[in-house]
Amino acid sequence: MRRAGVVALNTFREAVRDRVLYNLVFFALLMIAASVAVGQISIGIEQTVIVSLGLSAISVIGLLISIFLGVALVSKEMDKRTLYTLLAKPVRRSEFLLGKFAGLVLTLAVNTAAMAMGLLLAMLYVKHSLERSDTVVLVAVYFILLKLALIVALALLFSCFTTPLLAILFTVGLYSAGLYVQELRNLPIEVMSPPMSAFTKWLSYLLPNFENFNVMAMAAHGRVVPGALILQNTLYAVVYCTIVLTAAAAVFSRRNLK
Amino acid sequence: MPDPAIEIENLTKEYPFGFLHLKKRTSLEGLSMQVEMGDVFGFIGPNGAGKSTTIKLLMGLIFPTAGSARILGKPISDVEMHGDIGYLPEQPYFYDYLTAAEVLDYFARFHDLTAADRKDRVDRMLRKVGLETARKIQLRKYSKGMLQRVGLAQAILHDPKVVILDEPMSGLDPVGRREVRDIILELKKDGKTVMFSTHILSDAETLCDRVGVIVGGKLRGVGAPGTLVDMKTLGMEILFELTGTANVPLLSKATRTGDCYRLQVPEEELYAAIEQLRGAGAHILSVSQVKATLEEFFMNLVEADRAQGAAVEVSGQ
Repeated sequence: MRRAGVVALNTFREAVRDRVLYNLVFFALLMIAASVAVGQISIGIEQTVIVSLGLSAISVIGLLISIFLGVALVSKEMDKRTLYTLLAKPVRRSEFLLGKFAGLVLTLAVNTAAMAMGLLLAMLYVKHSLERSDTVVLVAVYFILLKLALIVALALLFSCFTTPLLAILFTVGLYSAGLYVQELRNLPIEVMSPPMSAFTKWLSYLLPNFENFNVMAMAAHGRVVPGALILQNTLYAVVYCTIVLTAAAAVFSRRNLK
Repeated sequence: MPDPAIEIENLTKEYPFGFLHLKKRTSLEGLSMQVEMGDVFGFIGPNGAGKSTTIKLLMGLIFPTAGSARILGKPISDVEMHGDIGYLPEQPYFYDYLTAAEVLDYFARFHDLTAADRKDRVDRMLRKVGLETARKIQLRKYSKGMLQRVGLAQAILHDPKVVILDEPMSGLDPVGRREVRDIILELKKDGKTVMFSTHILSDAETLCDRVGVIVGGKLRGVGAPGTLVDMKTLGMEILFELTGTANVPLLSKATRTGDCYRLQVPEEELYAAIEQLRGAGAHILSVSQVKATLEEFFMNLVEADRAQGAAVEVSGQ
């Protein structure tokens, strides 16, 4: 575990020294600032517009970082052969993967926190004060972070056995499919044969359910997110990430390096 | 007798290729050998012979198709054993956003060292490989030779018992190569076991207690450099000066450099040749024995391997 921590801190340090990341965060903050301008011409629904646009900006930038950096976590180390020296130290491949995952999630947490701060400042600018009900925005940001952690785990899994381009495509595909899990589960049984119906139901439970993490509408309208949902989403993300990372470790432990 | 530092038994590596990976290319075939504790062992062979494959198998970077290997008595699948091994990959590359001091400190963290010990070792290693003045420069600005030095520093940073170096002289200038040779000899003096791969035969000849010659994925010979090659005299070499244009038949067989000639003759014809040369007014500078070198032994193996490959191709047609 200590060794995974060493890898995680180095992954975080790499991200901190990467200028592209700052550009993305700056872009997100710019979008949040722009939402203030848009909010001012949306009479009566300023907060709704600012929160919706702000959370969308945080989510999109986080998605870009988690997919592209998530895939690069392993593939870059293999392409540049930095992994050779590292795996010659007393480090298990599973510890390396866990460290890379934790390092990028830490990076995302810091970035998301910075962007959330920007959003809160934008809300403060418009409303001149923040209320207790505004904490729902923080819950929405927390859910975005959980979603991003899941995406990082998936990107890491795919990059363990395929090329970076295919890993990106697989991750994006799975993310897109994960947004419609509920629809898949509720497909009308009349139009399908019983085996097909059973298959889609089974598939809907296997796919990552990203829909559950979307509470943007609740946040935009200041509605309270139930504590049970926070607990359920946290547990779901932890269990799903554990399963995906275990699969990634199993694949990567057998992989011949170039 | 102590256990060998490295024991390899029937190690084989095949790579699948082609449609559905149905064909297989053998990169290493049934390699069996040992490296004794405290030895400097040179692993020599042409490019693509299987040297790096063997080293990657030993380090657990790739997995064998068949066979097994042990380092310090432990199977190569045991990652904890890496605490006693130092490894320099071929053409090493490190995180280019880190400085040399940072990258060494990073690698040191995987060993159970205190912060003070880490700092002390990093300082010592940077001095040892001549990088103390460049310690705060990011590795992206380093030359290939400087990266090789960083690689060497990280390999010996934790005071390992066995050091495995893949082409350690690659990319280094003559000064750098001399320094690496000195470090290898220093490691030997400290009782470490060193195994290094190279295709520079003079390095193997001067540094190694034993060498293993690998060609075409097969081990073709293991032993002390002197015992591997046939030690009998191949002939006699006469070095002489000759001015003027005397008509000496032997001159057609000699190699000329300025006024100096170099002539190789069979041992039994030495005295007749000297008499003929003196008769023509030549000034004999030296007479020495010509013995087979490791290079010749190596080249014979490579040529035999190529000839065999060609024969297989012809018969295949």
